[in-house]
Amino acid sequence: MTLLSLENLTIRRGACPVVDDVSLTIGAGEFIGLLGPNGAGKTSLLRGALGLLPGTGHSSLAALPPLARAKAAAFLPQGREIAWPVSVEVLVALGRSPHGTADPADPAVTRALVRMGLTSFRDRSATALSGGEQARVLIARALAQETPLLLADEPVAGLDPEAQIRTMQVFADLAAEGRGVVASIHDLGLAARHCSRLILMHRGRLVADGPPRAVLTDETLAEVFGIRGFHAETEDGPVFQPMGLVR
Amino acid sequence: MTNARHGGCHSLTFVPRLQDAVPTWAMPGVLAMTAVLAMVCGAPPALAEAPARVVSMNLCTDQLAMLLAAPGQLVSVSVLASDPLSSSMVDQAAAYPANRGGAEEVFLMRPDLVLAGTYTALGSVDLLRRLGVRVVQVPPVTSLDQVPEQILIVGQALGREDAARKLAADFAAGLAALAVDLPPATAALYYPNGYTTGDGTLANDVLAHTGFSNVGATAGLTGGGILPLERLVMARPQVVVTSVPYPGASRSEEILDHPALAKVREKAGISASSDADWVCGTPHILRAVAGMKAAREALE
Amino acid sequence: MKPVLPALALLVAALFAASLLIGPAGLGLGDSLRALFRGDGDAVVLVMREIRLPRAILGLLAGAVLGLSGAAMQGYLRNPLAEPGLIGVSSSAALGAVLALQTGLAAALPLALPLSALTGAGLSVLLILLLAGPRGGALALILAGIALSALTSALTSLVLNLSPNPFAAMEIVYWMMGSLADRSMTHVWLAAPFMAAGMAALLTLGRGLDALTLGEDAAQSLGVNLPRLRLTLILGTAASVGAAVAVAGAVGFVGLVVPHLLRPLVGARPSRLLPASALGGAAMLLAADIATRLVAPDQDLKLGVLTALVGAPFFLHLIWRMRRVEA
Repeated sequence: MTLLSLENLTIRRGACPVVDDVSLTIGAGEFIGLLGPNGAGKTSLLRGALGLLPGTGHSSLAALPPLARAKAAAFLPQGREIAWPVSVEVLVALGRSPHGTADPADPAVTRALVRMGLTSFRDRSATALSGGEQARVLIARALAQETPLLLADEPVAGLDPEAQIRTMQVFADLAAEGRGVVASIHDLGLAARHCSRLILMHRGRLVADGPPRAVLTDETLAEVFGIRGFHAETEDGPVFQPMGLVR
Repeated sequence: MTNARHGGCHSLTFVPRLQDAVPTWAMPGVLAMTAVLAMVCGAPPALAEAPARVVSMNLCTDQLAMLLAAPGQLVSVSVLASDPLSSSMVDQAAAYPANRGGAEEVFLMRPDLVLAGTYTALGSVDLLRRLGVRVVQVPPVTSLDQVPEQILIVGQALGREDAARKLAADFAAGLAALAVDLPPATAALYYPNGYTTGDGTLANDVLAHTGFSNVGATAGLTGGGILPLERLVMARPQVVVTSVPYPGASRSEEILDHPALAKVREKAGISASSDADWVCGTPHILRAVAGMKAAREALE
Repeated sequence: MKPVLPALALLVAALFAASLLIGPAGLGLGDSLRALFRGDGDAVVLVMREIRLPRAILGLLAGAVLGLSGAAMQGYLRNPLAEPGLIGVSSSAALGAVLALQTGLAAALPLALPLSALTGAGLSVLLILLLAGPRGGALALILAGIALSALTSALTSLVLNLSPNPFAAMEIVYWMMGSLADRSMTHVWLAAPFMAAGMAALLTLGRGLDALTLGEDAAQSLGVNLPRLRLTLILGTAASVGAAVAVAGAVGFVGLVVPHLLRPLVGARPSRLLPASALGGAAMLLAADIATRLVAPDQDLKLGVLTALVGAPFFLHLIWRMRRVEA
């Protein structure tokens, strides 16, 4: 089942395309890592796909009316904004608002808190938490939306290792349950280990799309990131570690 | 600052813009010192020779001077004398150049006598004195009895005692002819912002002379003050006397269109407005007295 | 959850009753109530129905408008300093009202008064959103607000100074500070429909403002139609604040203090803060108006004097806290 399809999506900032003629489809059961150096167009691609940025071409999500789109895809923006000191459960319950009321008693709220290991934070004020804790609460909010597709912009940036791995596992679990996840991510090691598919962007263009081992080749690493890396297959799964610069 | 437009020279306050030319309402009892003040304020007592160039800076002295001065003697009157809402002598005032009461402006008219109110722009008056100009300050009038005195003071300053004596006598006769012999009915004077005038004011005396008891005075006001609309309504006045609105809009005057006040006036069946004739202690006040006499007689 | 709304509603009801029963005429309780409900006693009926009732209704409505619009603007801008008075919306509405009055438009067509105030308020909200939208931050908001307030206050003073009516110039204070003295049912009928419509519009914003807690992108991804929310906010604020200012002058600080006080009581949720602030604003303005009558019964003490006495220290406190948070 296709959860998102982009056809020739182009987004311009001024005359300059920040997303340049990207076409792709995302199906159920996929956990996709969206890779690329700073300024590659990852955030613009995600926002453009949701219709938050105007562009040319076609996006199946942007074509939906706002409420239908909110039921089809959840979005976790890069900026972690919590404007008011609401409690964690109230904040997470905002994810339920497209489905009717944002009721903290909704079982989906509890499910999301459990997944993110936040049940003990339930009644705390969200703005009183640490940055990493806030990030997890915001992920839980997106999970509580319980949409077929989750688009997350740098969800693991700034998290401690335990929270990073937990988050990646949660996303992989969602994919295993038949949903789709797209997460932009800078940690190539985490991406290689947990994602089922990687999409690599460079200067607004989609330059590689496929299983981790097929995307993180020596050539693309040198070309796109200017680095070389170490690959290994272990009993625990694939390992990738960036090693040094090529230039 | 409280303010109302009419109701006797002394209760005529207000309006910063016009303040220079307008007397503010006086404390009661000032009049008792009339003669003394005229002497003290008026520099050397009346000279044998009448002044040749007289400038008036006050609405009330403007009108008395226009009534009394010899041809060519009066050089300028205040701008307020040309305001139909304040002055009873707009047509006559058109014949004189207007002054705004500034010392420089007045001095340049080379007056040998300046007529001013007791509360007229004191800064300007002081400055004119220091420049050697003779200034006679005339206190506001707080009762009808004082009008003849006032006429005589201005007449003496102008060196027109004969004309003044005749005008004062005519006034006294006119006032006597307008006497009303009826038991007091209630009347209220109501001005913008809920301002009214009580005891010790010329307007109060007009009411007293024409068979009315003044709600403002009954409410305990001496001089001018605010009478909240609800207290006015509760006093159930038989006649409400209000001022004529100025052009342009103001929230202050909206109270005169308040439905509650409209109903009180509807019940009274008679409404009167206090116009320029009420402002000063000049013979024109007799028109205000006549109007109220008619209103009182219509109540019977 | 604590029963915040019922408690506030009781407080408003009590203050509304007090506003009806307190006045310079010093009427008895029984007489007042008989006059109000049964129409017994001619002068007392006039006092109750034509003087005190419109004053109490306007206090209730204008207070509700200011509290509600403050909460809505704060929710949208995600900034606790947004307040119709501080950011120039009220003074722009006052300029609109004064223009309608002084050009004679309001005399020719009574509806021109609220409509012109509404236009002034609407333009200022639009300008504030352009100059200091949600990404502008507190500094941009306050600077834009100060500039707009200064400009519109100066223009209002200019119009009043140039008026042929000598009283108009003395009413600058009224337009800056507000007062409910001597209002009549005419004013209620003129302003109430706009205030009610504006408040109804603002009260629909709860879900969108809740979602905006997470920022604009997240809110839009939650199905919030942001352009429509913005338009509703502008029109709702313009209609309600415009009409309130047109009949009661610009009363400051209610929209700042009330949401700030009530936010902790409603768990900081913008959607719950909206009705609470409407009730809280009504309570604050009714209380301030009662105080003007008790403190200086014969002086027409301006409402804004009292709200500023309470509000300005609050404002300083808020700035102090923001300074600590940002440091």
